[in-house]
Amino acid sequence: MLAAIGVASVDELFERQIPEALRLGRELALPSGKPEQEVFEHLRGLAARNTSTEDEVSFLGAGMYDHYVPALIDMLMERSEFLTPYTPYQPEISQGGLQVMFEYQTAISELTGLPVSNASTYEGPSAVAAAGYLAKLHNGRRRFVVSAGLHPHTIETLRTYAHGYGMEVVEVGLLAGPGGGVTDPDAWAEAIDGDTSAAIFAQPNFYGAVEDAEALSRAAASASGREPGEGPVVIAQVDPLTLGILRPPGECGVDVAVGEGQSLGNRLDFGGPSFGLFAAREAYLRRMPGRIAGETKDIEGRRGFVLTLQTREQHIRREKATSNICTAQALNALGGVVYLSWLGRRGIVELGELLLARTHYARERLAALPGVEKLHEQPVVREFALRLDGDVGEVRRRCAENGINPGADLHALTGRPEDRGGLLVAITERRTRADIDRLAEVLGAAVGASSQSSEAALAV
Amino acid sequence: MSAIDENHLHSDPGIDAPQGGGSPAVAVAAGPSPMQRDIARTIFQKGAPGRRAFMCPELDVPEVDVAELLPERFRRSSPPRLPEISEPEIVRHYVGLSKRNFDLDSGFYPLGSCTMKHNPRLHERAAALPGHARLHPLQDPERSQGALELMWNLQEALAEVSGLPHVSLQPSAGSHGELAGVLLTRAYHEDRGETRRKVLTPDTAHGTNPATVTMAGLDVVKLATNPDGGIDLDDLRAKADSDVACLMLTNPNTLGLFDPNIAEIADIVHGVGATLYYDGANLNAVMGLSRPGDMGFDIVHFNLHKSFTQPHGGGGPGSGPIAVSERIAPYLPVPVLAHDRDGRFFLDHDRPKTIGRLRGFQGNYGCFVRSYAYICSLGGDGLKDASEVAVLNANYLLARLRGLGVAEYLPLAYGELCMHEFVLSGGPMKRALKIKTLDLAKRLLDYGFHPPTVYFPLLVEEALMVEPTETETRETLDSFAEAIAAILAEAAEDPEIAIQAPYSTPVRRLDEVGAAKHPVIREAMV
Repeated sequence: MLAAIGVASVDELFERQIPEALRLGRELALPSGKPEQEVFEHLRGLAARNTSTEDEVSFLGAGMYDHYVPALIDMLMERSEFLTPYTPYQPEISQGGLQVMFEYQTAISELTGLPVSNASTYEGPSAVAAAGYLAKLHNGRRRFVVSAGLHPHTIETLRTYAHGYGMEVVEVGLLAGPGGGVTDPDAWAEAIDGDTSAAIFAQPNFYGAVEDAEALSRAAASASGREPGEGPVVIAQVDPLTLGILRPPGECGVDVAVGEGQSLGNRLDFGGPSFGLFAAREAYLRRMPGRIAGETKDIEGRRGFVLTLQTREQHIRREKATSNICTAQALNALGGVVYLSWLGRRGIVELGELLLARTHYARERLAALPGVEKLHEQPVVREFALRLDGDVGEVRRRCAENGINPGADLHALTGRPEDRGGLLVAITERRTRADIDRLAEVLGAAVGASSQSSEAALAV
Repeated sequence: MSAIDENHLHSDPGIDAPQGGGSPAVAVAAGPSPMQRDIARTIFQKGAPGRRAFMCPELDVPEVDVAELLPERFRRSSPPRLPEISEPEIVRHYVGLSKRNFDLDSGFYPLGSCTMKHNPRLHERAAALPGHARLHPLQDPERSQGALELMWNLQEALAEVSGLPHVSLQPSAGSHGELAGVLLTRAYHEDRGETRRKVLTPDTAHGTNPATVTMAGLDVVKLATNPDGGIDLDDLRAKADSDVACLMLTNPNTLGLFDPNIAEIADIVHGVGATLYYDGANLNAVMGLSRPGDMGFDIVHFNLHKSFTQPHGGGGPGSGPIAVSERIAPYLPVPVLAHDRDGRFFLDHDRPKTIGRLRGFQGNYGCFVRSYAYICSLGGDGLKDASEVAVLNANYLLARLRGLGVAEYLPLAYGELCMHEFVLSGGPMKRALKIKTLDLAKRLLDYGFHPPTVYFPLLVEEALMVEPTETETRETLDSFAEAIAAILAEAAEDPEIAIQAPYSTPVRRLDEVGAAKHPVIREAMV
């Protein structure tokens, strides 16, 4: 090979191209290579030091959920033909992947009740930030009004992006007390004005509460004082798995629905990769970020699929692109559409109703424990917030000693003073009544012990 | 010659006819099996009412009145029109679709700038271990020490490869890493009380660079390329002023050339107080051989789905960690991975100067597992070997093409040698043989190869960007070179063969203009 090139050594290839001062001239200070089995054992050893949802009964949610992933998804996602191609730049040999995108777009469009969907974005919070950028491009206004019911990671991500593209972020608080837990409608209407680019809320919100999405959307439009259709872009961060039973955002006046797709057939993976869904009304089609698959015909009239509307994208439009996204989450979106096909038209409703029933059972059972109360009384679907009389960190540790992860520490996530003592509990179909009863037993004991120990500490 | 090439070159009757000089249209009849040529029906057009795969777990808690728990105004009135289909049908449908995809495991994929190297299956097995795959992202640090240690080790390895000490694994892909990088640059300048508006990008840059600059609220200023394919230093000097925040550069650049003036470029950029950003898409050329940090770069992004072999999944997932110098470190996204004096890892959110979060949780951990497994398997010496062979393979393929006389029609756009990839110009081919780069690419499909990247970089006429990677054999490179030569020979006889190609694929050339003019982006429901 060297002779064909006309060099004496591989080193010469580098010597002739990289100035000597810039060549490393030493070995990388990394361990040397290892046989496959040793690497596997090393990675297995690291895995063994993690407590997964197989090792404890986990009620952790807060953005990612321990749903059952059917076996056929593993099989299909591991197929070479889906796992190892690049983005489908050559449609003639990528019809499989392109059709999957088209089917995925159809499924997301059906779920959200919005006519157009892209083929995926990275994940939930950055999808919201991408939707904010779409709003900025759409109306050129200066301000986002966001509900405090959004996931704290979403608000933080949106702030990071918004600082970049020069937008102000105004946060609207939630109502307090038993009737609270949802976006304060008066503060919402007051914050929105004619200079508001987008109004953003979560459904269900971070505290598990179902928001009155239609009221929020309508209020956003009227509070802006602008002509009908000229109000802020209404953006909802949704959880796709709840849309079997919750009214779809497209029927609630929402313009853009985005969200974390992990609950649709993707594993937890310590936070990713999963996918972000992104659906919108027709008017926003040409400003959507990311890949979109479209139907067409080949020269012989056969149905086929291509990446379409590419003049939105960075590789064509460069600094005028509607987003910088290139690689997104095609394989994870495949998992999503296979999962939705597997659940099917009836299954997604049945599963939603099962979650509703078990969540209701768990919420009532736990709220009946001494030292435990509901943080709010709003309708919930598969996650709810409690307030504990005791130190949440200590309660969680005591539960962990009994093989239970009771849920997420609200205050640790939001940093809001009013969330002190808050616990966010998620219920999936993998958590049975027996698991919930066991949680009640362990949580009750842990809260009792924690409040006793804090009383003792006070007495001292 | 690999099995796949043999199959396509000799066994596939789809390409016999053109070689025999007959009408290309005749070739179609003997192309792929009828199954592959089936009219595409989506999963929404299959199944039947009432059919299903999912069996719901039993209701083990007291029955509830849905209407009571969920007032009507919150409730969905009719189910979403998802498929009604059985599991065997789902499996057949998607396995059928998979057969309409070309993939890296099936054949050569020399897609320039994308580094389509082999994806070892060990990585999939390791990532699927429940301790990794079923670990909740909010698990307490004391009960996710294995994951945090893995991330730490990966960070350390990326810091060593890049020569920059501080790493964040958070960005989800290369373009997300770029956004992080430009926001870091802004934060750095703002912290010094400066508002700098301009970001310099060469005209050879990936499209994500200028798109990112706009998203980060700054303005793109283009830099010219000199006759050797590097940055035009005079143009740089003319444009480098106190309003420049950053220069974004790929090195080796998208022409496959290492810019030998990089030290001087760094001096000019740093001289006006700006930062130097390294687009790591081409890192596969220099691992263990030359380090961006030593070249003077302040910020680097890595594409784990390129150099570090995370499978690309047909368009993601990817992962785009960043590494930065000391002066940029205070602004890194939160959380930052840290450890206490006892070596216990934790996620540090208390970073007053941070740019904030770029996404939920800690990043695409599943990708970290795979790329970490790759680094463990290869080791420091192996990473260097990988880059050496990548550069050797690219230069060999370039030489082989020259040896076959291809250079007359497809000359190297710049330079003589190349790094891990090279860019040919199809201009002479277009004039002499009346076929365009697109036609060559489409004809390559009939030969069983994924075509190179086409029409990029933009400044090369009819560009063809070829990146073979280190995991391809000499035999594969030879057969690819021969296929290019054969296509040019065909074209000399009859350009229509390439112009009408492909013949052997599940569909033939598709109407992309029509697709964009009248977008149909979802299945119609009956």
